[in-house]
Amino acid sequence: MRDMGISVLFQGNNFVRLLIGLLASLRIAAIAMALSVVFGVLVGMMMRSKHGWIRFLCRCYLEVVRIMPQLVLLFLVYFGAAKHLGIDMSGEVAAILVFTFWGAAEMGDLVRSSLISIPKHQYDSGYALGLTKWQVTVHIIIPQTVKRLLPSGVNLLTRMIKTTSLVVLIGVVEVVKVGKQIIDASRYTVPTSALWVYGAIFLLYFIICYPFSKLATSLERHRKEESV
Amino acid sequence: MDLAFIKEYLPMYQEAALLTIRIAAIGIVGAILLGLVCSLIKQLHIPVLRQLVQSYIELSRNTPLLIQLFFLYFGLPKLGIVLESETCAIVGLIFLGGGYMAEAFRSGMEAVSESQRQSAYSLGMTQMQTIRYVVLPQAVATSVPVICANMIFLIKETSVFSAVALADLMYVAKDLIGIYYKTDEALFMLVMAYLVLLLPISLICSWIERRVRYAGYGN
Repeated sequence: MRDMGISVLFQGNNFVRLLIGLLASLRIAAIAMALSVVFGVLVGMMMRSKHGWIRFLCRCYLEVVRIMPQLVLLFLVYFGAAKHLGIDMSGEVAAILVFTFWGAAEMGDLVRSSLISIPKHQYDSGYALGLTKWQVTVHIIIPQTVKRLLPSGVNLLTRMIKTTSLVVLIGVVEVVKVGKQIIDASRYTVPTSALWVYGAIFLLYFIICYPFSKLATSLERHRKEESV
Repeated sequence: MDLAFIKEYLPMYQEAALLTIRIAAIGIVGAILLGLVCSLIKQLHIPVLRQLVQSYIELSRNTPLLIQLFFLYFGLPKLGIVLESETCAIVGLIFLGGGYMAEAFRSGMEAVSESQRQSAYSLGMTQMQTIRYVVLPQAVATSVPVICANMIFLIKETSVFSAVALADLMYVAKDLIGIYYKTDEALFMLVMAYLVLLLPISLICSWIERRVRYAGYGN
């Protein structure tokens, strides 16, 4: 290697620009995740509805989300909305919509499975102590559900952060787009820039996601030890 | 909705779907093999290799496929390693899937109780024999649902291959939108194609999952 191409990362404000791009990705993931938690709890409760048709609708919703690649959903919303609703939706809004649509279904399923994993005697003991339904829910059921929910919820967040890399394909200016700009700008000065820039983005994603997946693993282990 | 248009361009989708299936199949088989090898290395506690495998698993699980592909497709040629887009896609899919599959096998092997191993050792089996005849068969059975979920995940991930100039379903849809402005038809066929590809697999997977669960209860 005659020329250390890695210098391209630190020329001018290139690295700062990459980080700002990454922030745009993370903002999408964070907003979508927050919305997913809110809607996910609703969906999760609907999945336990007494009415069969509501459960069936939720089932279909979940199945659609599970089957459709996120990129397809992004295309549907981004191009479909422009054509039918006449809205020139920014890629960022489309991404948040799609990620929330996806996250709410996944989160709903997680809420449902942690709700059913709580044994019936927990409810019964609460009632036997004279607690009201509301008190049982708030003091007994929710704390346990949250504990069961956390590891898989954090996992979902990691997946969402990773999936934000797709939004460059619907024209959002985020870390990959900034990377491309840097590569294009230094095409002649630093021919090997693609290697370094994509390598850096690769590592940046890893640095962001790794702590979260470690956190999920340790939460899971902690919960298992506690329940033994 | 322009039916004549759909009819005319259906063969393009068919071809793209076949390409997706081919790459996904090679990728999944490769990922399962790589995952198995990685989990065995971890299981056997082979020094150095074990740490390498662990860092590979963390790397592949914590980075997006798109970035891995960009690195392979645009980055590596700068080092003189030029991969065709199809090879690139397959390598990327195996790299990504291997980590997920390794985790699936690992959790399966961890679920096999210690007494099973101890019993095998006390029968005079070697470590290899124990893994081959006692641990693996049980581990594979318990990890089947996870492996199935990973398969669906990997097939879905193939949708990003259009970004490295592979003429897959996304690519065809984007082309048709770009050339003819037939957004509805192109997107409709895209959704249908993925439904046809993935719905049967998803249904088969949930069927298998139920069967395996029943098998578990029998113990």
